Amino acid sequence: MKRQWLASPYIVWMIMFIVVPMLLVLFYSVTEQTADGYRFTFDHFRRFVDPIYINVLFRSVALALISTVICLLLGYPMAAILASKEYSRKKILYMLIVLPMWMNILLRTYAWMTLLERNGIINTILSFLRLPPLDILYTNKAVVLGMVYNFLPFMILPIYSVLSKIDESVIEAAQDLGGNSFTVFRRVIFPLSLPGVMSGITMVFMPAVTTFVISRLLGGGQFTLIGNLIEQQFLSSGDWGFGSALSVIMMLLILASMGIMSKYEQEGGGGALW
Amino acid sequence: MTDKIILELKNVSKYYDDTPALVNMNLYIRKNEFITLLGPSGCGKTTTLRIIGGFEEADSGDLLFEGRNINNLPAYKRKVNTVFQKYALFPHMNVFDNIAFGQKIKKLDKKIIQENVRRMLRLVNLEDFEKRSVDSLSGGQQQRVAIARALVNEPEVLLLDEPLGALDLKLRKEMQIELKNMQQKLGITFVYVTHDQEEALSMSDTIVVMNNGIIQQIGTPEDIYNEPKNAFVARFIGESNILDGYMTEDFLVEFLGRKIKCVDKCFPGQPNVDVVIRPEDVKVVPAGEGMLDGIVRSVTFKGVHYEMMIEGQGFAWMVHSTIMAPVDSKVGLRVDPNDIHIMRKEAAT
Repeated sequence: MKRQWLASPYIVWMIMFIVVPMLLVLFYSVTEQTADGYRFTFDHFRRFVDPIYINVLFRSVALALISTVICLLLGYPMAAILASKEYSRKKILYMLIVLPMWMNILLRTYAWMTLLERNGIINTILSFLRLPPLDILYTNKAVVLGMVYNFLPFMILPIYSVLSKIDESVIEAAQDLGGNSFTVFRRVIFPLSLPGVMSGITMVFMPAVTTFVISRLLGGGQFTLIGNLIEQQFLSSGDWGFGSALSVIMMLLILASMGIMSKYEQEGGGGALW
Repeated sequence: MTDKIILELKNVSKYYDDTPALVNMNLYIRKNEFITLLGPSGCGKTTTLRIIGGFEEADSGDLLFEGRNINNLPAYKRKVNTVFQKYALFPHMNVFDNIAFGQKIKKLDKKIIQENVRRMLRLVNLEDFEKRSVDSLSGGQQQRVAIARALVNEPEVLLLDEPLGALDLKLRKEMQIELKNMQQKLGITFVYVTHDQEEALSMSDTIVVMNNGIIQQIGTPEDIYNEPKNAFVARFIGESNILDGYMTEDFLVEFLGRKIKCVDKCFPGQPNVDVVIRPEDVKVVPAGEGMLDGIVRSVTFKGVHYEMMIEGQGFAWMVHSTIMAPVDSKVGLRVDPNDIHIMRKEAAT
């Protein structure tokens, strides 16, 4: 414990760039600027309790939840393939999953815009095949698509890392004791992979619920999410107080959902879910 | 043990990328038999077990269970249970749920499951451990849970893959006795894999010695020890003095430049033989009174006996004796004709 001072630069850094800004956000959210300085107020929070804003929050959470579920449904089998011993092209598949993350999220999302455009590549191919055009740009569907595309690796990788660490002989033991493939999965593999599922859900849900890039580009701005609303307060309306209040609400929401998840994780290592 | 054959392997072969793991293996296992597959690592003993368990498929050959071919029967449908090398307990379940796993899959009545699990816990002396998590158990306790988890399903055959390998010596000895008792009490066929010859000798009804995917010898522990079929078996089961011999007539073998009486017949057309003499069968007598004389090179006290290296006629004899001869002294060595074992040269088998 003599080397504790080694941590001090990090502590100073974190106080300066994490604790202080967060306190500032908290400060702005409960004050308003008057002629003679700052005054304590709950007005910003009260303003939020308006059907318009509640709807924005609701839509953000709903879209993020849908994206998370789709990511889980797509990502789990993918992670299982990646973790399976028999699959020989593992490295290539792994690269393909990680590769998009090397590119800027803005670029990736712009790319989807041109793909989905009325006269974009997808619709050109569809009309060539004499199929009805896909008209989803600037809708919720496009936003969900963008979220799934951007955040899928964050679901796959933690699940893969947990699955690949499961002891093969434990699975064999379950088969040995009479479990067919489905039973082995339901009673052994899935419960053992729950920590990975939980961190995957967290890692997809959190950026999805706060995103403003994806919703602005693919949602066309007509479907404002909470991220866009916050961005608006700071960049266009200049209402730092309301923006800060929204951020605080967001943080509390994430904190609550993480609390619920960690509770599930502790209850018998996930066995409680079944 | 009965004469009824429960499990049979016929011409079973298995290759891993052209490396043979099992070559044309033929073996039958009788009901209630305690049979041990013994050999060095990589000899094919675990592969054999995994083929019986259904975790590995043979490349060729047949596996018969009570006369029926079960080559394509998946592991979960076989009336066979396994105790794995590293126990393979379910880490997300407590002791009770681990043992109840197989019974819950069979959808047995809750009360019956509880009764069965409790009975098993009594059998393995873990009555108060029902609710404990498996991580909190010691190696020996985890081993008992693994055994209980397999036995509760009342398998016809129990496969054990070096189950005591991770335990310390004292616990291993205790578990050996317990396992043997359980096997006799429950009347279940045990197929036991180990590389520990002592364990094999003390527990088994039948020992199968394997090397490089080929069965070297099948027999009772006494047979294997007293009448090893070749030099490999002799060397693997206990320590041995193995000499090159030459034999052209029955009951007379030539080695170290002299002809000596023995009780084995010669192999027509194969005059070159291995002569195997156990260290405890070499008697130390005063110089000049034995078969040959030698100089004591080293003496190690082993508890029950002294282990001596005695150089005689250009060969380093390993001798186990309760009488110690001092280093550098000259002694005579005598071997009873009964204790001279003649074997075909390994290459010829």
